[in-house]
Amino acid sequence: MITIITLGVIAGALASGASVFYAALGEVVGQRAGIVNLGIEGVMLVGAASSFAAAAITGSVAVGLVAGVAAGLAFNLILGLLVVTRRTNQLASGLALWFLGAGMSTLIGLSFTGTHIDGLGEVRLPGSAQLPPAWARVIDQDILVYLALPAAIAVTWLLWRTRWGLRLRAVGEDRLAAFAAGLHPARLQYQALALAGALYGLGGAQLALAYTKTWQEGMTTGRGFVAVVIVIFALWRPLRAVLGALLFGGAVALGLQLQVRGLPISPFLLDMLPYLLTLLVVLVFGRPKAFAVPMGLREVFGGTSK
Amino acid sequence: MAHSIAGFGHPLEVRYRRLPGAARETLRWLGWIGLALALYTLLLLVYGRDPLLAYSDILSSTLGSTFGISEVLVKMVPLVLCGLAVAIPARVGLVNVGGEGQLFIGALTATWGALTFASLPAWTLLPLVAVLGFLGGAAWAGVCGILRARNWLNEVFSTMLFNYLAILVVSYLVFGPWRDPTSANYPQSRLFPAAAWLPTLGDTRVTVLLFVAIIGVALLSFVLSSTRWGLEIRALGGNPEAARRNGIAITRYLIVLMIVGGGLAGLAGMGEVAGLHHRLNPAVSSSYGYTGFLVSWLAGHRPVLIPVMAFVLAVLASGGDILQITQGLPYAAVTVLMALILFVVLAARARGARTA
Repeated sequence: MITIITLGVIAGALASGASVFYAALGEVVGQRAGIVNLGIEGVMLVGAASSFAAAAITGSVAVGLVAGVAAGLAFNLILGLLVVTRRTNQLASGLALWFLGAGMSTLIGLSFTGTHIDGLGEVRLPGSAQLPPAWARVIDQDILVYLALPAAIAVTWLLWRTRWGLRLRAVGEDRLAAFAAGLHPARLQYQALALAGALYGLGGAQLALAYTKTWQEGMTTGRGFVAVVIVIFALWRPLRAVLGALLFGGAVALGLQLQVRGLPISPFLLDMLPYLLTLLVVLVFGRPKAFAVPMGLREVFGGTSK
Repeated sequence: MAHSIAGFGHPLEVRYRRLPGAARETLRWLGWIGLALALYTLLLLVYGRDPLLAYSDILSSTLGSTFGISEVLVKMVPLVLCGLAVAIPARVGLVNVGGEGQLFIGALTATWGALTFASLPAWTLLPLVAVLGFLGGAAWAGVCGILRARNWLNEVFSTMLFNYLAILVVSYLVFGPWRDPTSANYPQSRLFPAAAWLPTLGDTRVTVLLFVAIIGVALLSFVLSSTRWGLEIRALGGNPEAARRNGIAITRYLIVLMIVGGGLAGLAGMGEVAGLHHRLNPAVSSSYGYTGFLVSWLAGHRPVLIPVMAFVLAVLASGGDILQITQGLPYAAVTVLMALILFVVLAARARGARTA
């Protein structure tokens, strides 16, 4: 019994953590470039709504995925107009982006509430059919779950092993110094926002096409904000973000497992688990470590009275 | 990064300096607001709606009749309080995005008081309920203030995640232990005793909380402009390091201002349950906590401007309700308009400095 519940939690953690993971991965890129994005929630919603609408209209999940990524990318660039070009307050601009995304996604998804789609199916590894069902559920995951770890490695490579990544991080540490060294901070920040937006959109698409296979207003339920917190817990490193997303996903899955098993606890209390766990891990492990924080973020979190 | 080196502007920072002039300033603002409206008009056209009709519907349904105006005031009161909940902590650089959760917890504690001490007469019960509402929101925000003051977790994240927790706590109570056994279909608490109903003005739905909100704004402006506390708060907001070295207790201000802000949002929650619904239900807030964030940023966190901006957004919110009926536009369309307005105001007010 314990084994079955544990396996159920692991399977659920992978499936429900993937969307948060892609969002956190995007946010690692953004914050490394010196931009804190509180609008992820909105970008994910736009990505989810666009991907679902595209998949429902064309009947193709691939088109849905592309639409989600493209919508996330384009939508996230709006933030660039504000925080890069106009140098507005990042936190307020991010929240404005969230409001806009929440509203826009509702309009996009309006006629798709309750629509059925086939969605992104699971990858059937050879041999999974021979396994007991509880074990099979762990490895029968959609392709985006399988791509999570490679994506984290790819972003790590991109940020720490390429010239572009070095420049991006330089901008995130100190824009003016980077400019003086001959870089183009604004251009690099726009590029970071584009990559981050694509990843947020992918996270939203995973949520709508693979995890829930439905569209619902506000369906991200705080995942975008959790992603920002995970980035702090992860100390701005992609591979640690995998761990953070798994913890969040695990808490979601544990709540669901306990509900399914008929535990006499209100589902509303169980739904609090992921948020409580996120707060707990960031409090315990995410204490600001001076050397880990990209210096450019100091300005954002320091004083924001204007 | 507005520091200057040896009296000159930073060499890499090219700034747009505009000539001072009220006319030019006004024109510039009108241009920005026009941009927001133009974008919104475009959106309405994409959705095949008549923009002019939408705008005239919003205005005539809200400002075109006494009833319309009174309904705007019903929405304006919680928006003023939630705007202050953002503006007060913002004066020392705190970003409180937890107004929504603080409102829910305030509604929760007020409900607990109203139902527990139901036998008290109105003149003791109402103040008690109000104080409980304030304390609920204050405690909820105070936790985040402490976490920030101890440098454990930035208040942006704690207040935001606390929103989700607060809404779940309220849902748990009204679906569970507090559920009114006589209302089988709809999850809500029992009805408040009449002694816990906030008095209303005439036959409108506007409650006396309107005066509390206005007095709050006046009091706050006074404290900020003419007291020692205000001076210290302004010093902290301007340059925290200098203020700290001058012996201002920065930690205490961080916590106290979060508590006051959260308390006012809690008071808004009390107003919703005691003045409007007369019971607790999961729909107690129409996103007032989040809209309050817009109010405060549009007002530049200046207390005297908050009622003005709250009124404007209350008009839009009421109009949004009307557009659902007249044009079949979901309320989200108004959320988009509000976000666009915040976008252009942020962009217009930004330093506009460009590096490279």
